[in-house]
Amino acid sequence: MLSRRQFLKTAAATALALAGRALAAPLAAAEKFFHDPPWKRKKPYWGYAIDTTKCIGCGRCVGACKTENDVPREPFYFRTWVERYAVRRDGETGVDSPNGGQDGYPPLRDPQEVAKSFFVPKLCNQCEHSPCVQVCPVGASYKTEDGVVMVDRKTCIGCRYCIQACPYGSRYFHPVLRVADKCTLCYHRIHKGLRPACVEVCPTGTRMFGDLSDPQSAVTRFRETERVLVLKPEMGTEPKVVYKGLDKEVR
Amino acid sequence: MPVGLLESLRAALPHVSGFIYPNELELQWSVLIVLYPYITGLVAGAFILASLERVFNVAAVKPTYRLSLLTALAFLLIAPLPLQAHLGHPERSYEIFMTPNPSSAMAMFGFVYLWYLMAVLLMEIWLDYRREIVEWSQTEPFWPKRLFYKLLTFGVTNLSPRSLEIDDKLGKAITVIGLPSAVLLHGYVGFIFGSVKANPWWSTPLMPVIFLFSAMASGIAGVLLIYMFLCRVRREPIDMPCLDTVAKYLLTAIIVAFSLEMLESLQTAYEAKEHFDIISLLVEGKLFISMVLVQIFLGSLVPLAILGLNQIHLFPERVRRVCYAVSAGLSLVGILAMRWNVVMGGQLFSKSLRGFTTYKLELVGREGLLAAAAIGVMPLFALGALLYLLPPWPAGGDPMRTR
Repeated sequence: MLSRRQFLKTAAATALALAGRALAAPLAAAEKFFHDPPWKRKKPYWGYAIDTTKCIGCGRCVGACKTENDVPREPFYFRTWVERYAVRRDGETGVDSPNGGQDGYPPLRDPQEVAKSFFVPKLCNQCEHSPCVQVCPVGASYKTEDGVVMVDRKTCIGCRYCIQACPYGSRYFHPVLRVADKCTLCYHRIHKGLRPACVEVCPTGTRMFGDLSDPQSAVTRFRETERVLVLKPEMGTEPKVVYKGLDKEVR
Repeated sequence: MPVGLLESLRAALPHVSGFIYPNELELQWSVLIVLYPYITGLVAGAFILASLERVFNVAAVKPTYRLSLLTALAFLLIAPLPLQAHLGHPERSYEIFMTPNPSSAMAMFGFVYLWYLMAVLLMEIWLDYRREIVEWSQTEPFWPKRLFYKLLTFGVTNLSPRSLEIDDKLGKAITVIGLPSAVLLHGYVGFIFGSVKANPWWSTPLMPVIFLFSAMASGIAGVLLIYMFLCRVRREPIDMPCLDTVAKYLLTAIIVAFSLEMLESLQTAYEAKEHFDIISLLVEGKLFISMVLVQIFLGSLVPLAILGLNQIHLFPERVRRVCYAVSAGLSLVGILAMRWNVVMGGQLFSKSLRGFTTYKLELVGREGLLAAAAIGVMPLFALGALLYLLPPWPAGGDPMRTR
């Protein structure tokens, strides 16, 4: 029989432990200031880089992704897509991505008035501090040991909170499976030493993939030698997808 | 492939204006998610009104005490339904309890809900009705009902003055715990939206507070209307001091809620950050009717004017009753519009801040208008059942006045 003193002691210890955990969670967010990035500690740790100056907007990556990952063919479900920006001389910026850029783009209106035009491929930014993982009520969205953000289709309840929380519009609600879906960096391929389908088919080398913990990998070399940016850095999500050649108009 | 969904999305495609990320065409949270904070808000508001009498000893609102508790319970029982109906996999909703993610605001819903239902509302109602339950379990002529009361006594039939005194003390203690719990319940609903940093229409620390005060206004307005309706149906005189006091609280809640909303808007406009252009377009365009006309003008300014006028000038009873009913009705509509504007407004513009998607409320279907309307009136039926089982008015006594 538990004495009253013992009971109170156990209860107090449990409460303290729980309070400690609750306090530790927000403090863990500050961890990044005191530690090396995870790829200095974990091997492999996957990263992705995009050189927008090389993208020609062929859209092959979009098609390959849909085929490889069984993404619905309709023009409102994408794991990756390519945006075309056209900044006009009067300062107005037009952006389009018809069918995600898979079938090409219509001719630009008054091309002589366009000061510059470029393509920006988009995909899940594989955030180090992913808002989607943070908000998922059941832990169906999670980050693997090697740094890839995934969705467990067997656990996802389909509340769509993660889709709301993603600042990049990278997630969609799968109309057949009725769960959230997004880019997994072709996890089934990279596990076997292959590259993601979009990287594989890119004819210009715009898309790069590799192990951030490997100093010789294409992604590491790219990050070290180029001036790179991430999308919406103010969100504090620390994307592992980095870009070269972004413009102030790109969001 | 769900043909209907694809057809409606294809039909929506030409109505997109500007640029949106391609995945943003489909609006993720439908009208059902508009209902959810509305219903939870009514729970919190009704409970807070009940607490006024119990914790702060506002004797004037006594006639609405039990009615407020039953209203809160009726709405709370239905609150998870719109969420459940909205899930892609409703059969997995138990996962929220089995594998909750401690960093998710939504995961805590289950626990806050259960705590509020089991530890606060049911306990308080049971303690308050315990004497009647024991009496009814002996005197009720209709046997299934008698059996129900008998089960509800949980075998505790002691009605000695000492035990009733303990009931009262316990009830008061639970209300004291219940008040912050009600605040937590609805503040938390605001947090679900307010903590989405990706969405500038939602992401503000004021969101939980705004939700809370509008919840109080809706709950008080709801109870006020239900009370007036029940008095009419039961052909009993309305307790005017009670109605006057409740209306005063309604006015206070609307003033605070409206001021907070306007402060928030003012701050957004003054700061005029990157997202300000798209938000101005949203308010001037797609949300103009539901926000400027319904939420701000009809739902806030008109009730403020009517209730305010009643504070300055003492109108005859008949006029006052009409004034209160109209103000309560309008603020209920206004707060529903506010929930709509928050939930829908936040999804209509693209996170690229370059364009708008569109939303067409379907009539039929799991997330259509009819389903939403059905869920919307369900709490009233639940309240009807509760009033039948636990009438808040003692037989032949003062209407709805107990203890």
